[in-house]
Amino acid sequence: MRRELAELKKKIYSGLSPWETVQVARHPDRPMTSDYLALLFDEFVELFGDKFFGDDRAIRAGFAKIDQYKVLVVGHQKGKTLQERQACNFGCAHPEGYRKALGKMKLAAKYGLPIICFIDTPGAYPGVGAEERGQSQVIAQSMFEMARLKTPIICVVIGEGGSGGALAIGVGDKVAMLEHAYYSVISPEGCAGILWKSGQFAEQAAKALKCTSRDLSSLGVIDDVIEEPLGGAHRDHHQMGARMKMYLLKSLRELVGMPFEKLLENRYQKFRRMGQFLERPL
Amino acid sequence: MSTTDQATTTPQSGMKRPKRGVPEGLWVRCPGCQATIFRKEAEAKLGVCPECDYHFYVSARERIHQVLDDGTFEEWDAELTPTDPLNFEDKRPYRDRLIAEQERTGLRDAALVGEGMIRARRVAIAITDSAFIMGSMGSVVGEKLTRSIERATEHKLPLIIISASGGGARMHEGILSLMQMAKVSAALARYDQAGGLFISVLTNPTMGGVAASFAALGDLTFAEPRALIGFAGPRTIQATIRIELPKGFQTSEFLLEHGYIDRIVRRADLKSEIARSIDYCGK
Repeated sequence: MRRELAELKKKIYSGLSPWETVQVARHPDRPMTSDYLALLFDEFVELFGDKFFGDDRAIRAGFAKIDQYKVLVVGHQKGKTLQERQACNFGCAHPEGYRKALGKMKLAAKYGLPIICFIDTPGAYPGVGAEERGQSQVIAQSMFEMARLKTPIICVVIGEGGSGGALAIGVGDKVAMLEHAYYSVISPEGCAGILWKSGQFAEQAAKALKCTSRDLSSLGVIDDVIEEPLGGAHRDHHQMGARMKMYLLKSLRELVGMPFEKLLENRYQKFRRMGQFLERPL
Repeated sequence: MSTTDQATTTPQSGMKRPKRGVPEGLWVRCPGCQATIFRKEAEAKLGVCPECDYHFYVSARERIHQVLDDGTFEEWDAELTPTDPLNFEDKRPYRDRLIAEQERTGLRDAALVGEGMIRARRVAIAITDSAFIMGSMGSVVGEKLTRSIERATEHKLPLIIISASGGGARMHEGILSLMQMAKVSAALARYDQAGGLFISVLTNPTMGGVAASFAALGDLTFAEPRALIGFAGPRTIQATIRIELPKGFQTSEFLLEHGYIDRIVRRADLKSEIARSIDYCGK
């Protein structure tokens, strides 16, 4: 009976539709940045504040140790309890969040610490304050600087990869996605609202946007897909943590010690290749 | 595709075709002040309302004429053509949409790039055109910009990018459009490292993934008066926070007040302002 159940789960989760994937990626029990910090790292020394406006709880940053490596971790945090969710705006960061992330990443590069980014956001916060404090500016600045930071950067989309808010901490030497995460130019609901004129077409939009790990892998946008435990990451945090740790250590071993010139050239060329077009009309 | 070829070779086709810009007809109503104005007069003022200074849409080709010295523009990568990598289909297939937009605008995609002279100063220039799928950035726009930036780096040219992209990153090319933001920003980081001067000119409208990538990365940022510029669209913000948005929110003036642009520059002054900045900063 148990075996049958496992078989069934396997069958269901290997054939999730894009819209179902989006639901799994948003599952409230899915491990978040704070879970990975507790599961994988021997220590986490949180660093707060953007030294300009405030501290945004939607993004966590700090020093951490993983095996023999001292690293800097940056990640979106959606929150577990209602109170925490509200405190961190459900993972939607304000400019101060991105400014904090970039500030700490520059610090890491200065002292040779590799950077690990956990991406999990519905999108950067859309609001009056966010616009007043330069949401566009900080997202652009973050990509611009990450492209040339002299330290290895590993990015993993652990849940939702929501547009510019995700990419703002997503320019790395390795970009991976968990099997059931999604990464998209716009949320399926947002896309449906604009192109179908109604959010009710989110399911169609999710399919059209090609936003699953398999899609991104075949489009050449991500380097690796990290397999999730049977039935999704939310069913077994420990196993998910173990797989994540394996991936991070393997990537660190590969990247640490690589000459910066080569590291930066590879990083540049990786993004440089993205996109599909014809050199001339057919 | 033949219609595209024809249209792209006709300069100033932007002002002649219907829809957008200074509308057809002898008289037009200004969206800024509702006054009825003589079309010729607005056109003579580079597409600006003589009554209230409202800046109308101008096509990328028309911009070239306004900003560059006559006959100096040499287009780069004119042949680059969009495809449909996702087989995207909403209410209509992206393929069909592309063909329709190409026929309507005479452009292959939303960006026009190349080099030319501004008051005898050689520059690399890229312009996005909001008439083509809201000026949104897909693979072609991203690639054209990146190649221009790389050439500007190699030949040590000042770089001018004039944005008119209300659509941000183009949804129809999905994640590939999003990644153009990183690609172009990375190219600008190298250009910056090499000491290049980048002047970003924001025009109505510049939103989303364009506002949040190259458009925000200028050494100098100019904006035309009263342009709509921002990250999230006003409707998205209203839907999220459910309060009335402040008056003048996300306009050039709002951005100037909050410290994100260096100067508001009227269209008639753009050419001389760029030339002057190059004299101060350019090598």
